[in-house]
Amino acid sequence: MTLQANAMGTPTRRLDGAPKVTGTAPYAYEQPVKNPVYVHAVQSGVARGTIRSIETVAAEAVDGVVAVLTHRNATRLADVGDDELAVLQSDSVAFRGQLIAAVLAETPEAARHAARLIQVTYDDEPADTELRADREDLHAPEGEDPPDDRSRDEFAAAFSSADVRVDQTYTTPMLHNNPMEPHTTVAVWDEESEVRLTMFDSTQGVHVVRSTLAPLFGLRPEQMRVVAPHVGGGFGSKGMPHAHNVLAGLAARAVPGRPVKYAVPRQQMYALTGHRSPTIQRIRLGAERDGRLAAISHDSVEHSSTVKEFAEECGKPTRSLYAGAHRLITQRLATLDVPVPSWMRAPGECPGAFALEVAMDELAEACGVDPIDLRIVNDPELDPKTGHPWSSRRLVECLQEGAERFGWAARDPEPGRRQTGGTLVGMGVAASTYPCFRSPGSVARIEVTDDGRYSVRIGAVDIGTGAWTALTQIAADALGCDMELVKLEIGDTDLPHATVAGGSSGLTSWGSAIVEAARILRHEHGASPRVGTTVEAETPDKPRGVAVHSFGAQFAEVHVDPDTGEIRVPRMLGVFAVGRVINAATARSQLIGGMTMGLSMALHEVGVMDHRTGHVVNHDLAEYHIVTNADVGDVEATWLDDVDPQANPMGSKGIGEIGIVGAPAAVANAVYNATGVRVRDLPITADLLLR
Amino acid sequence: MEVPITIRVDGAERSMTIDTRTTLLDAMRDRLSIMSPKKGCDHGQCGSCTVLLDGRRVVSCLALAVAHDGAEITTAAGLADGAELHPVQQAFVDRDGFQCGYCTPGQICSAVGMLEEAKAGHPSHVTDDLTGPIDLDDAELRERMSGNLCRCGAYVNIVAALREGTAS
Repeated sequence: MTLQANAMGTPTRRLDGAPKVTGTAPYAYEQPVKNPVYVHAVQSGVARGTIRSIETVAAEAVDGVVAVLTHRNATRLADVGDDELAVLQSDSVAFRGQLIAAVLAETPEAARHAARLIQVTYDDEPADTELRADREDLHAPEGEDPPDDRSRDEFAAAFSSADVRVDQTYTTPMLHNNPMEPHTTVAVWDEESEVRLTMFDSTQGVHVVRSTLAPLFGLRPEQMRVVAPHVGGGFGSKGMPHAHNVLAGLAARAVPGRPVKYAVPRQQMYALTGHRSPTIQRIRLGAERDGRLAAISHDSVEHSSTVKEFAEECGKPTRSLYAGAHRLITQRLATLDVPVPSWMRAPGECPGAFALEVAMDELAEACGVDPIDLRIVNDPELDPKTGHPWSSRRLVECLQEGAERFGWAARDPEPGRRQTGGTLVGMGVAASTYPCFRSPGSVARIEVTDDGRYSVRIGAVDIGTGAWTALTQIAADALGCDMELVKLEIGDTDLPHATVAGGSSGLTSWGSAIVEAARILRHEHGASPRVGTTVEAETPDKPRGVAVHSFGAQFAEVHVDPDTGEIRVPRMLGVFAVGRVINAATARSQLIGGMTMGLSMALHEVGVMDHRTGHVVNHDLAEYHIVTNADVGDVEATWLDDVDPQANPMGSKGIGEIGIVGAPAAVANAVYNATGVRVRDLPITADLLLR
Repeated sequence: MEVPITIRVDGAERSMTIDTRTTLLDAMRDRLSIMSPKKGCDHGQCGSCTVLLDGRRVVSCLALAVAHDGAEITTAAGLADGAELHPVQQAFVDRDGFQCGYCTPGQICSAVGMLEEAKAGHPSHVTDDLTGPIDLDDAELRERMSGNLCRCGAYVNIVAALREGTAS
């Protein structure tokens, strides 16, 4: 049964608003600790090879230096089968920027200065860092079976006999999450205490940090505690512990009893904290003259690292977004001497939807149909991937309502014809989709406290999503009480287990556990349970036999200066079908935020790797451009009045990632409509429009 | 090399002996445990560390502490009067002008400094009339706030908050 909404659905202001706007909400680095030691790390200067010598005497002699860690003296870690975490365990170098040493000092200035005095020589080997679709060593991701010959033949036959065909290749560059709060860990190792290792960490999941790192340091889970009450964004890069967490642990191990503080410098983040792989995607669409798809194929190529495999699964949206009898989706990786790729907002869906949704725009033009009508005629009744019915879809309504609100009728289907004051004007549309994940294993505990309130405890994390507020709203409605009576605690492994704030699954996974605990409390203890009554419940299993996804339609208007090629985006609109919106204020912010990051990807972001050195050369915010305030016009997000009872007990679906899915394609399609220049390689820059 | 300096932060006088390499930002965060200004890039590229230094907005990661003996500094924590938020802070809360909150203290100090600059008639890159009073329309607000990056993408709500703030 879906929960009755009272607090849910209102645009409630953030409960952590005042501490955030005054800067007094403590992030990881800001946790009060006494007498800390500061860590500054040294990164490898070559992309592949072996450390021949590492000279630390000069560094050790610097006033204030406490210790210098290298692979020669760092604590031996247990082998947990994840080489990204095997920090300072050997002399081998697998990518440029790998952690190879660290200075611990009484002041950050001494640590940084001493780190520069460390002399390293290498036996370096030629490094291979360039992703190309014609490489001979491309391979399917581990555990994934490539499509069989029969499905290849069937696709080929359907595609070659289609009336209208699109066959194009699209690329997206290496992208970097760049949350505003750099990855930071404050760690204390205490031999005397039952809890040996405490970490104040900037993470999307306290329990996943503990379950990953405790075995590495030979600890039982209860011997480690991870705390993260406030986190300055993550966008996937804090979804799992990375090498810097391990370095903080090693540093703490080296100075027992003293807290160590390691804030990864912005420049080091580009090699150490994950990134989105560059992608090369070939899309083939075969359709009847009216646009009805007969054959869809999506072949993607990405890079992975020698250290650890990660696949940016671009074909995901293509499996479910449109009807079409014959579908062929392949993925191949090149394992290169590059930093370890990882999650970045909507991994797979985001770059995948860029390619698919630009290809759909090309198909619409080839068929002479409106891009919205093309998506409507291809709206599938059942999920093409699973054959299951949709819990609810409503993409067509999103497209229609968006077209109405945006003024789509004013678009000229012939590109390059609309002008205002000498500026070329274009409009573009793209569809958005993201699955509604529910991770098993979160536990919520509710206790009746002696002040007549309810203590709600769960180890969830608010990375800026608004979880502090939205979970309080859910708990209030689940308990049938005012929000003031709910005392929420999150962000600590001392609280019941919670899954990661990732995959847009937070509220579904944690909220469902809270609703279940509240249901048991009321069922077993009535409306006025006595003080001290405590119940616990786990996230119920997800529904089977039904496809649960969020959907949306995104629109963009772009203005292009015909003389300079300068692109401005005065307005964007997203209309979403995301089930019940728990908090209208924070939800709108997340959707707008995703769209804004999508705009940033469309026009600005590119990690430039120098293939001679394997180095991300533009490794700071002056050279890796993200949108600034002046780059963003009127970005609006709205949603259909919706409740999806099959998604979860709140009737809500995930919203954290769908905003970035489709946004880059909407901008790219608008640029084409404005100029007649089809750019298939992101980012779209002025020079590309002037050729 | 270490030298003694005294600075006033949010109305409180603080004396310390400081390494000449220490930035104003690190002096506040690491020496004085004043954590309201945030470190996002340490290179003056993101604006998270913005404070009001003698009334003007500066990125405190590019200011060496030793060069600011006797300075008067206001952080976002000092803009609030106890539990009473500064109008710009209240507008950020009301319009949800942030998500993760990490860039927010810098955005707010920057906004307060920016409003004073506009009041004093300082033109920006998008000001048409360089001699007249400044009309803080959306284009002006966006331009003048572009030294403060926000990865959560709260720009639209930041502009809405400042629109509200400048109207009142």
